[in-house]
Amino acid sequence: MKINLKVWRQKNNNTKGHFENHTVEATEHMSFLEMMDVLNEQLIQEKKDPVAFEHDCREGICGACSMVINGRPHGPQQGTTTCQLHMRKFNDGDTIAVEPYRAKAFPVVKDLVVDRSAFDRIIQAGGYVSVNTGGAPDGNAIPIEKDTALEAFDAAACIGCGACAAACPNGSAMLFTSAKVAHLGKLPQGEVEETSRARKMVAQMDKEGFGFCSNIRACEVECPKEISVNNIAYLNRAFLTASIGKE
Amino acid sequence: MKWLANFFTSSIGRKFIMSLTGIFLILFLIVHLIGNLQLLSSDGGRAFNEYTEFMSTNALIQTIAKGNYVFILAHAIIGIMLYFKNKAAKGSKYAVAAKNDTSWASKNMAILGGIIFAFILMHMGHFWLKFKTNSGVSYVDYGDGQIIDAYASVVTVMSNPIWMACYIIGLIVLAFHLWHGFASAFQTLGLRHKKYTPIIEGVGKIYAIVVPLGFAILPLYIFFTQS
Repeated sequence: MKINLKVWRQKNNNTKGHFENHTVEATEHMSFLEMMDVLNEQLIQEKKDPVAFEHDCREGICGACSMVINGRPHGPQQGTTTCQLHMRKFNDGDTIAVEPYRAKAFPVVKDLVVDRSAFDRIIQAGGYVSVNTGGAPDGNAIPIEKDTALEAFDAAACIGCGACAAACPNGSAMLFTSAKVAHLGKLPQGEVEETSRARKMVAQMDKEGFGFCSNIRACEVECPKEISVNNIAYLNRAFLTASIGKE
Repeated sequence: MKWLANFFTSSIGRKFIMSLTGIFLILFLIVHLIGNLQLLSSDGGRAFNEYTEFMSTNALIQTIAKGNYVFILAHAIIGIMLYFKNKAAKGSKYAVAAKNDTSWASKNMAILGGIIFAFILMHMGHFWLKFKTNSGVSYVDYGDGQIIDAYASVVTVMSNPIWMACYIIGLIVLAFHLWHGFASAFQTLGLRHKKYTPIIEGVGKIYAIVVPLGFAILPLYIFFTQS
């Protein structure tokens, strides 16, 4: 199948980017990233600079692949990362626009690669559980209600890829931050530090220059792990309690 | 008091103010609508005029009205701040607009809000300003002394097809704003629950249609019966 690609090229964050047109001969069994590999092979053969894009596990769990395909982070398929999106989702002769994530807090490094270290700093601010080292505790030593465990696990499915902030018309990182706060806070080990966690992580999120959540829910729609905006309500609650209700 | 400053400068703190002021304005709309429905009674405007007189002289109502102005301004000013902050946080837009399952209203709250603010100014210019400055106002006496004939002022404005159309457009915009705003206000407060959220969302959508529609009946009724 013949794919007409409009790929974003940008040298670095200080230069202006532009779209470049390429034609790629792909097969429907290829993943989107494999199709991008074919494009890069072509470019290398032509002695041109290959398109920079991030990828790692290619099985939908690492969160490295990003890119915005036809205006949607990770492309048109619901609950799927770019690496797990296959070319059979497109038609022969389609024109596909490929852009980097666009959010002020994710500056472009090169082409489709953006710097997502803002998320790392949000995690560093409070996305952890302080534990004393020692022998591994027994897995079932603390009983946790099944539904609560499931909710925590659903939030923990977040791979931190940044699609939420990229999809959000406000460039808000609330879905990511809330997933982390909910995932830890819903479990007894993490609940202990919830007050300071909610405060610190929100403060860091604001400092990084992410926008404010206005409940558009584009994040939930585009999230490859289908993280729910229930978590955002959870974070709002945790932050309000931490700010107003606690010392 | 540093905690208070920290809270109100945080992203969630500002959204909290948007939510609370929004909920107050939602409640205000109901009271305003119930009062205005008296325009429909066929008594030559007596019920409406006596109601207007009560509302503009009662101390409690007047205090709440002052609060209402503050809340409208707070909602508008913080809304504008959020708009610019979010625009800056987004940076540039995508070349291809995403076709996904998000509501149009949710993505255009600032524009809708701006139109509503202009609508409020027009509305206050038509009535509040005229009553306060005593310009172009007629009086009636039902036996308890002279009171402003607010009904006559309403008829004058709504008989003008252009003003009537402006009111209808303003109310359609309000409906879109409420379509997203109602449920969003509760989400911002963290009030989300498997049992109650479907009810909040359902009531929100019904409210967003019924209340603006209730208001819209008034200019239409007056335009077609009085002019």
